Amino acid sequence: MRYIEPHAHMVSRTTDDYEAMITAGCAAVCEPAFWAGFDRSGVQGFYDYFCQLTDYEPKRAAKYALPHFCWLCINPKESEDMVLADEVLSIIPYFLDRPTVLGIGEIGLNKNTRNELKVLERHIDLAAKHDQLILVHTPHLEDKLKGTKLIVDALKADSRIKPERVIIDHVEEHTVDLVLDAGFWAGITLYPESKVNAARAVDIIEHADVHRIWMNSACDWGHSVPLAVPRAAAELRKRGHSAEAIDGLIFGNPQRFLGQSPRFKTA
Amino acid sequence: MNRQQLLDLYFMEARSKLIDLAAFLDRIDRGEGSADFRFDAFKRALGELAKGEPQRAKNVLLSLSDPTTEPIERSPGKGAVGAYPNTEAK
Repeated sequence: MRYIEPHAHMVSRTTDDYEAMITAGCAAVCEPAFWAGFDRSGVQGFYDYFCQLTDYEPKRAAKYALPHFCWLCINPKESEDMVLADEVLSIIPYFLDRPTVLGIGEIGLNKNTRNELKVLERHIDLAAKHDQLILVHTPHLEDKLKGTKLIVDALKADSRIKPERVIIDHVEEHTVDLVLDAGFWAGITLYPESKVNAARAVDIIEHADVHRIWMNSACDWGHSVPLAVPRAAAELRKRGHSAEAIDGLIFGNPQRFLGQSPRFKTA
Repeated sequence: MNRQQLLDLYFMEARSKLIDLAAFLDRIDRGEGSADFRFDAFKRALGELAKGEPQRAKNVLLSLSDPTTEPIERSPGKGAVGAYPNTEAK
């Protein structure tokens, strides 16, 4: 089996996780910029984080022969502070030419506030100006439906944005059609609690346009499973999906989306 | 997969989760004091299971979602609680 982990916060994980992922067949890992679990004190903290994502972490992954790529942004959880957000947005262009940067992400909304929406629109503008792929985080739990609608509207309001170059992540049963019907890609995040589990992911896959869906673990510093994608592949197998179909879903689909960046490659 | 195969694959897990739900409701009942809006939202969402409609998971998620459409002025915090206080307004 081979697979791509298109969304994992590896700076929060151990080398044991890298070892387990390559043993399970991981051929590339992609890391969106994320909230650290605490608010960074200023733009310098983001500069250091972007250096970590674009320099140190690819080297750490390379020790396991695993290509590592990243996405850059200020996460919506830190977007209430507009001054900080603008400072961070101003330094992102300095990193976009680095060889493992795939695009802008994970941008989006958290509590669906006006400031979060303004910062999302500025990220969309930045991506359009620099012709970058976009990876979008949707809010969790009771905020997801409203947030997904606001995000889809914001993306569709910018005529420069091509839906096929945008993936909207963390979809669930009540949001997947909103995303796919608007022409975007959809990401299903597999989590041991609070998000979609493997059985539900397979349910969604069996009733949606599977050609624009990927699955990811979004493993981070919280309770999460770096091997969630291969475990979902096992669930697909139990449900009678062919090896070819599973390969298409966990390797072919993310390769097709991420391959829109000439930088992306697999091991 | 046919229904028999799906039952073979998932029945025991679903049975366990069903008992977990029952035990949770009993636990809340035994607790002292009043419950906040989440418990009412939970019970409303449970009602979706009995309707026999084919999209129960989607309908439960919709039942627990914020039904408003406009961005809010300020964030009340970073986390979500899993239910919306005014879902009965839908």
